[in-house]
This record gives sequence, structure tokens and C-alpha cells, in this order.
Amino acid sequence: MDHLDALEAQSIYILREAYKKFKKLAMLWSIGKDSTVLLWLARKSFFGHCPIPLVHIDTSYKIPEMITFRDRVAAEWGVRLVVGQHTQALAEGMGPEKGRVLCCSILKTEALQLLMAEKGYTGLILGIRRDEEGTRAKERIFSPRDRNFEWNYKDQPPEFWDQFKTDFAADTHIRIHPLLHWSELDVWRYIRREEIPIVDLYFARSGERYRSLGCLPCTGRIKSEATTVDAIIEELERTTTSERSGRAQDHEDTYAMQKLRARGYM
Amino acid sequence: MTDTLTPPATARESMSVVLVGHVDHGKSTLVGRLFYDTGSLPDGRYEAVARVCEDTGKPFEFAFLLDALEEERDQGITIDTAQARFRTDRRDYVLVDAPGHKEFLKNMVSGAASAEAAVLLIDAAEGVQEQSRRHGYLVHLLGIRQIIVAINKMDLVGYSRETFERVRAEYLAFLGELGLAPRNVVPVAARHGDNVAAPSKQMPWYDGPTILEALDHFQARPERRHLPLRFPVQDVYKFDHRRTIAGRVESGTLAEGDEVLFSPSGHRGVVKRIERWEARRTGPAEAGESIGITLTEQLFIERGDILSHPSHPPRVSQRLQARLFWLGNRHLAAGRPYVLKLTTQEVTCHLEGIGPVVDTATLAARAQSEVAKNEVATVTLYLNKPIAFDAFTDMVETGRFVLVDGLDVAGGGIVLEPVEGDYSI
Repeated sequence: MDHLDALEAQSIYILREAYKKFKKLAMLWSIGKDSTVLLWLARKSFFGHCPIPLVHIDTSYKIPEMITFRDRVAAEWGVRLVVGQHTQALAEGMGPEKGRVLCCSILKTEALQLLMAEKGYTGLILGIRRDEEGTRAKERIFSPRDRNFEWNYKDQPPEFWDQFKTDFAADTHIRIHPLLHWSELDVWRYIRREEIPIVDLYFARSGERYRSLGCLPCTGRIKSEATTVDAIIEELERTTTSERSGRAQDHEDTYAMQKLRARGYM
Repeated sequence: MTDTLTPPATARESMSVVLVGHVDHGKSTLVGRLFYDTGSLPDGRYEAVARVCEDTGKPFEFAFLLDALEEERDQGITIDTAQARFRTDRRDYVLVDAPGHKEFLKNMVSGAASAEAAVLLIDAAEGVQEQSRRHGYLVHLLGIRQIIVAINKMDLVGYSRETFERVRAEYLAFLGELGLAPRNVVPVAARHGDNVAAPSKQMPWYDGPTILEALDHFQARPERRHLPLRFPVQDVYKFDHRRTIAGRVESGTLAEGDEVLFSPSGHRGVVKRIERWEARRTGPAEAGESIGITLTEQLFIERGDILSHPSHPPRVSQRLQARLFWLGNRHLAAGRPYVLKLTTQEVTCHLEGIGPVVDTATLAARAQSEVAKNEVATVTLYLNKPIAFDAFTDMVETGRFVLVDGLDVAGGGIVLEPVEGDYSI
């Protein structure tokens, strides 16, 4: 068992625990590299099947290639896709010009909240990782959210020896994070090893590429000549820039991500 | 240019190390310093923290590189674990910074439980304190045997060798009572980087390793594939014509054609195929792998059964003796039902007997009828049906369990060798 084998086996274990313990379970697919790896791991866990529906929260501001990729892969792999969109807020003119943090709260967090209420999901699988940013580093693998969707980061339940929190009160839900222990480089090395298809926005065009994907108005590209997975891995082995440096909402103020995530942001 | 000296990722070892100790003794500062001194900080992180400190009128703290929450920086306290990744020539590290405040012991346990090694940190000026002892005890109970001790804030005691020797002797005596022997005791001043990544000019009397060198002396976790087979059933799938038994091999190896025993149900079967999807590995499955199996004949198998080779079965019993630590706000008491989770088994149980309750900060033991938060006790649990398990000293993965009180995990325990005698309340 090498390092990637160990990461993979642990993620599969977590996905199978989630599938066993939650009757109403969904997996968030942002179309980015992490949640696409997660989808691949789900297919490994269930021997080529993905019995868990995939939820995509479409803010309508996504980069168009993401939607094309989503629909192509969903069809090829035969996965159940549930698209959520906050049509009411969009009709009322919500957008990044109203304030980035507010826009994220409404078009992502609240849209997800509405969809989960409609579908009755009690377990939600997400591809976040501890090394992405400081508040995610403090997450549990099975992380409770209260009835208002809030994360009580100051009083989290204990979690050890792979015994997870699978009991919860009515009207609350559990976030499940099977990639929490992976690093950005682990994800790319795994994509290379498994030859997982990835949206080509990650590869450099005209000297720039996306390192983290989000909405078109709020996601910046980095300078890069990396046009292959190998080149991206080489680039990341040398970089000292953080992964989410191109995500504008993180930098609105010092604790923007803490505030967003406490209120239910992914 | 590619660094051709760096071995490929797959060949590199990765190790998780937890840093524990009393509140305010400087754990986050040490982690922040290691993060900084190994050149692992992302661009702008140092400057961003410096700006926050300036804006809020605080002196710069290396701890703020790790303590990400507003409440943590405001109070200068770590609430929940953080982690720093860095690498040496030897291996990649994930260093887990565990909170030192008594109130957050459950977070400390959550961070420490999966670590392969631990750094116990003590403030040279304050000496051994309540959580220094408690964390030492829990690290021992969690089964972590590779430890080093860092005696921090040597700058505040004038880099005094005498102070170092006194604190060292006091803590070694405590750890010795637990049967723990640290590999190194390192005098450091984390704030200034003395003996963290580079040797200290202030302490020429010390000729041992720096913290970073001491970490590199830790050994990788021993392979579990040579131990007897334990394969707990996680689930049974029927997505197509196959009935696939899914689970993770916790120890040993499992091959097609093997005769296996299911415990506690007592069924026996023969493995037809090891099932994997798009896997790089073929052949027998070994410890750590999440796989599936099919059997040559259909048996009624459920989540919770543990597969073993019939020559080396686990124990099966309706009664467990264990050493247990309690994290719940409500005391562990007789008469209340708890759910015991051991691997994928879940069973309701009751507290049947209780031995001496240990105050982990003083090692004082006394007779009590309940176990309060942050206490450790030897207990006998009576289960409402038999389960399969091993003694923790024989098999780690099948020798430990958690107790759920209501909706939350409230305690953890390690299974002791069964001994005669009854603990009555």
C-alpha cells in the first residue's frame, strides 16, 4: 500500500459508511477536480455504480465549459444528476455586484438549503480538504449542521478511530467529507494515476489556467504554462502560492470564509 | 526545472504527528515555527498574519499561522485542531496542533487518535502542568508509543540548563509511571526558532537533535499484513447479479479460495473472488485495502460480522473489560443504555462494573460509581448480544471501541485481556 492507495482506501471506507448510514444521501458535484475525484471514488466504492445522486448548485454564473463537462460526464457514467438553482433570487437580480459574500450566501448556500429541504437529504457528501484553508482544517469527516444550516465550529463532536457521527436530531443534517485528509498534490497525483477526466479549464491556455474553479466573475486564473496533468503536478511541487488565491470571496475580509462556512457554505 | 533529487510521491513516506501539552505552553507557536522554518508557508500567509496583528494591535504570533478562527486569535487559544504540512528529506509530515485547554479535550483526542507519533510540549517556566500529565496519559492510552518531549520557552528561563534538567526529570518520572519512554527531550524556544529546525546558539550545552531531526528519527507504522486476518463486514451490495460483501481489511491478508469464519455469527464460507473496480492491485487483499468479496455459496451475512481465518479467530463474548476515557458532559453511569461501536459492530450495552477511576492528571485512583468527563476508568460492560473483538494489545483495530450516549460519541475504550474477578458497583 503506497500513500495514494492508503488515501483511496480511507475515502472508500468513508463513502461506504455514509451510504450505509444515510437513507437520504446526496453528493455535491461542483464539477471541479476534487468533487470529480470524489465521484470516481464513489464508483470505486460501489464497483462501478454510483448509487448516490449528484447535486450541482448552478449559480448561473458558472464558467460555460463546466456545464458542458458536467452534462457529458454525467451521461457517460450514467449518474443521477440533480441541479439546484435559486431562480427566485436570480429573478430579483442577485449577483456578485451586490457583494461577493452575500452573493455566495444566497446563490450557493441558500440555494443548497432550499434544494436539501425540497429533497429531504440528511447526509451531504462534499469534496473539501483540510489543506484548502484554515477553517476547513478544523472540520470533522462527519460534521453536523443544525436546523439553520449552521456549523458550530466551537463545539464539534469528538471523532476518532473511524467511528463517525451518524446519529442526529430531526431537521439537522450531516456533512460528510471523504477527501478531508488529501492534499491538492495528492488529488492531482491520483488524477494522473487513475486517468480521471477533468474539465480542461485547469489546463493552461495563452499562459493562464484555473487552479480552483468557481463562478466566472469571482474566479481568477494563475499564470501557468501547464497544459498536462504532469505539468500541473510539476508546477504545484514548486509553487508557494495558495490554491484558493484566485477565489475572490475568500479575501473580502480576514474571516470571510469562517463567516461563510459557519452559515453553511461548502 | 524539476527537482530530480525528490523521489516520486509514491515512494515517499507520509507521517502524522500530534503536538500536545498544556494550554499556553506554546504548541501553536512551535507548529507555526516549523511551518515557517521549513519554507512550507504559502506566499503571503506570513504577511497576511502580520497585517492582522498590526490592524488589531497585537504582537506578531507564529501561532496565528495555524489558529485560523477569529475567536482563536482574539483569545490566543486553539479551540480545535489545525494542521501543518511540511517535508524533510526523510518524509512528508502532517503535524496536528491539538488544543491544550481542558475544555477541548475531545478535540485533542480527535486530533491525536490517528497520529503515529506525538510531541509532548512543556513550558520551561511553568513546568509540568495538569494537561501535560493528562495528555501524556491519553497519548499512552491511544496507543502512541513514539514520543518526544519539547521543553519550550527556554528564552524565558535564560536558556538555563538547570531548569531544563529539573522539568525534564519531573516529566520523565511521570511518563515512566505510565511505561512511556520518550526518545528525546529537546530544549526549545519556539518563538525564536532555537532547536526547532536549526540548532540553538543559546544552548551550547545541548548536543541532542533539533525537533525536526527528532521527528525524522521516528519509525513508520509497522505493516499489519503479517498479523491474523480481520475483515469486518461494512455492507452487503446487490447492484447486479453478484452479492458483494464490502469492507476494509484491518489486518492480515485475504485470498481467493480462503476458508473464512464469520464472527460472532459462526458461519463459515469460502472466498470465491476478491472484487475491485478499476484497481491497480490484483491478487490477495492486504491490510488497509477497501475491497469486496463474493463467496462460493450464499450465506446470510450482515454488517458487523468479522471475517478471520478459522485458525486465528477473534474472541466472542457478551461481556467486555476495558480501560475507558470519558468525554461526555453527562457521567457514565449504571442503568443507562449506551451504544458500543467496535469496527462496524453496534450493540447496546450497560455499565456492569467499575474499577478504580483514575484522575489522569495525578494518577490518583479512587472508588467511584460513575465516570465523569476527562476521567479514565477500568470498566466491565454487559452487551445485549455477543460481539467479536480482540484485546487491544493483540490487535489494535479490533481492540478498541467508542460509546455513544444519545446522539454523540462520549467515550472511547481499549479492550483488556479478560481477567477473572468482578467489579461491582
